[in-house]
Amino acid sequence: MFYRENGQFKTSYPQDQQIFPIAQDRVFVVLLLLVAFAAVPFFASDYMFRAILIPFVIMAMAALGVNILVGYCGQISLGSGAFMAVGAYGAYNFFARVPEMPLLPALLLGGLCATAFGVLFGLPSLRVRGLYLAVATLAAQFFADWMFLRVKWFTLDTPSGSVSVSNLQVFGMSLDSDVSKYLFCLTLLVVIALLAKNLVRGAIGREWMAIRDMDVAAAVIGIRPMYAKLSAFAVSSFIIGVAGSLWAFIYLGSWEPSAFSVDQSFRLLFMVIIGGMGSIMGGFLGAAFIVILPIFLNQFLPMVAGLAGFEISTTVVSHAELMIFGAMIVWFLIVEPHGLAKLWSIGKQKMRVWPFPY
Amino acid sequence: MSKAIGDVILDVHNISLNFGGVKALSDISFNVREHEIRAIIGPNGAGKSSMLNCINGVYTPQQGNITFRGQTFSHMDSHQVAVMGVARTFQNLALFKGMSVLDNIMTGRNLRMKSNLLLQALRWGPAEREEIEHRLRVEEIIDFLEIQPYRKTPVGQLPYGLQKRVDLGRALALEPQLLLLDEPMAGMNVEEKQDMCRFILDVNDEFGTTVVLIEHDMGVVMDISDRVVVLDYGKKIGDGTPDEVRNNPEVISAYLGTGH
Amino acid sequence: MAFFLETLLGGLMAGMLYSLVALGFVLIYKASGVFNFAQGAMVLFAALAMARFAEWLPQLTGLTQPVLVNLIAFVLAGGVMFMVAWLIERLVLRRLVNQEGTTLLMATLGIAYFLEGLGQTIFGNDIYKIDIGMPKDPVMAFDHVFPGGLLINQEDLIAALIAALLVALLSLFFQKTATGRALRAVADDHQAAQSIGIPLNRIWVIVWCVAGVVALVAGMIWGSKLGVQFSLATIALRALPVVILGGLTSVPGAIIGGLIIGVGEKLSEVFLGPYVGGGIEIWFAYVLALLFLLVRPQGLFGEKIIDRV
Repeated sequence: MFYRENGQFKTSYPQDQQIFPIAQDRVFVVLLLLVAFAAVPFFASDYMFRAILIPFVIMAMAALGVNILVGYCGQISLGSGAFMAVGAYGAYNFFARVPEMPLLPALLLGGLCATAFGVLFGLPSLRVRGLYLAVATLAAQFFADWMFLRVKWFTLDTPSGSVSVSNLQVFGMSLDSDVSKYLFCLTLLVVIALLAKNLVRGAIGREWMAIRDMDVAAAVIGIRPMYAKLSAFAVSSFIIGVAGSLWAFIYLGSWEPSAFSVDQSFRLLFMVIIGGMGSIMGGFLGAAFIVILPIFLNQFLPMVAGLAGFEISTTVVSHAELMIFGAMIVWFLIVEPHGLAKLWSIGKQKMRVWPFPY
Repeated sequence: MSKAIGDVILDVHNISLNFGGVKALSDISFNVREHEIRAIIGPNGAGKSSMLNCINGVYTPQQGNITFRGQTFSHMDSHQVAVMGVARTFQNLALFKGMSVLDNIMTGRNLRMKSNLLLQALRWGPAEREEIEHRLRVEEIIDFLEIQPYRKTPVGQLPYGLQKRVDLGRALALEPQLLLLDEPMAGMNVEEKQDMCRFILDVNDEFGTTVVLIEHDMGVVMDISDRVVVLDYGKKIGDGTPDEVRNNPEVISAYLGTGH
Repeated sequence: MAFFLETLLGGLMAGMLYSLVALGFVLIYKASGVFNFAQGAMVLFAALAMARFAEWLPQLTGLTQPVLVNLIAFVLAGGVMFMVAWLIERLVLRRLVNQEGTTLLMATLGIAYFLEGLGQTIFGNDIYKIDIGMPKDPVMAFDHVFPGGLLINQEDLIAALIAALLVALLSLFFQKTATGRALRAVADDHQAAQSIGIPLNRIWVIVWCVAGVVALVAGMIWGSKLGVQFSLATIALRALPVVILGGLTSVPGAIIGGLIIGVGEKLSEVFLGPYVGGGIEIWFAYVLALLFLLVRPQGLFGEKIIDRV
């Protein structure tokens, strides 16, 4: 009843091809952006910012990047943590070594470092795929682990091995309050999401999906697998790198290489699987799920246990988290390989014909 | 039906192809003239698809070479072949199952899309115009193949006959000079076959596209093709007009069973 | 020279331990075409089960004879792994028949996380001991050849022998038995094997059971050496390069690959490490695997990978 497209005729191709062709969707997105930018800062507590909102925004960006590589182009990657690390340390080195380097360019340069790293370690994708490509990306992960741990140059030779940044400013505004951090990351997220959406619905996006679906046929119609795969690695690692630098600078403040370990890579992959591969929105949904689940469990499980009369420690909750992650991955792969995003679009389909069943 | 059949545009010289010990093709030579419809027929396993794969650069023959538009190659590179104006469909429908009909056919336009990554990300000005321009051409193909209602449907959900049309559409999107069709009518019923014949004839007629097609249905072959090549066990056993081939004793004994 | 040989031997022993885990990978891949990321989690799970059973048995039944307790704990843990295998087949594999490799890979990743959580919930997450009577003291051998002799770790030596025995048994199984043949058919093409009447479900349960027992043996040995703790689960990641080198479908390859990785890691750490800041072990195995991938993806002994058009 509310979600009908009646009367919404598209009279030109640009109208037909826009990102949100249904008017109700456009309204929804505008409202969402208003809430996110204007309302949330007033209503959210410090805890919400630090524990939920800021990590969600940054992880959503990283998941977006991973989705481009894994979901759109079909190249499995277990090295996303390494790309985040290269972005973070790259940005750090530019920020700390170059005098008067402003924040935003440093972050973007960190992204470019990640791009170079990503293209380099993406070269194996031209020869292998599947598990073998996963191994190649793991090589990238462990190599980066070692590089930032042992090669002292990257950490400016600090004795402890951990680095930190402070006094962050952008365009003259200081980024010390939670609200300012949140808005900064959110702005970057929206910009990057828009650019990414344009890419995936354009020619290069179709090339990526063609490679994913059948790369031999793609070659025959004139798509260059090398260009498509490496461009996927490049764009993906740029986004992940920027997200990594945000994670380090804004969320962590001070960090060690272990912040970007292989566990982070798995987390990102899970976000993409659960959220929905091959969907920009999937990155958002998956990131939300993975960020919120531990917090939810931490509140919910002890409460349920309390009702049943026994206590649950935090270690038990963290074990439960592992089990739920694992079970959800398997469940999604069996039941809905296209993840939450597909469930969302099925829901929208139902809404379109509501109150009729079909 | 009078049409101007031009000079030779594709010349296949002494192609031999082995897989390990299996000889898929032995010393095959034939040519294809511009604007004609050339059929390749033969029993299963005769090497027909392999021949197409050689022309297309998917397989590399051990011996022989191929001349296309005056340039001779000992092996073809898939991408280069597409650039030179050769398109093909696949026996097993190598469609991009995750994408819609529209997107599948749009991928065929990728060769002609020039805007770079950055412009595409901004989707502004030239990139948007280019996208629209190619969308127009693709819509023409969709109209031609009569698949308008399905343009936003993911191809994996379409029935087989329609998927075959999308495969053809994607090949047509390359605006090819030479169209290689690998069993375009396999698995179709009579009506679908008539439609497909019509499309092939129209493509040949309106756009002057040269067509090489592999086909098992003798009725179709005799009806629409100008010349026929017959393969058996990797060797060429017949080459000529449909009538000549029909009366060739070797071909009859090897292959021609009941016509449909 | 003696130092070099000691390092070499140490590497060989470490390599054998990797091979034990890699065997599990090869088994499952050979028989079901699935790469089992959960192998490490299975090692942990099995080791936890055995360690805790060995602890609880004396408390519950009063048995104290160590050999008997360990034996019963081993058998019980084996039973647990059978159950795990059966459940995995029932709940996961059956529903993912003929999905592409990447999907199955990610499913095993999910299983890994699940098992890690489950194992620690049921059996606890401290460090536990497995004491199967392995001699902990190193011996000095060959002291007539080298002055002072070579330091050899007896525990590693016995582990190597056990691994070799296991490999021999498994190779025989695959080559000589009908079940082994059926397993190889299944690895090639699930649906085709199913269509000629091979009972896919039973085959998979069998394979995962065997892999579970291999995991148990590996867990027992690693656990005896290092203590049973969560880090055992990450062993899967360390053993992955082994199967790339050796070939995913080759049982002897798992051994050779393990030895090469073990030796390579030790030697490179000792002789190259000091020049680049140390800690090479983190990535050596993986970079070696990467080089192999680019040059010879099927590994030293694996079957050539054919991509159909």
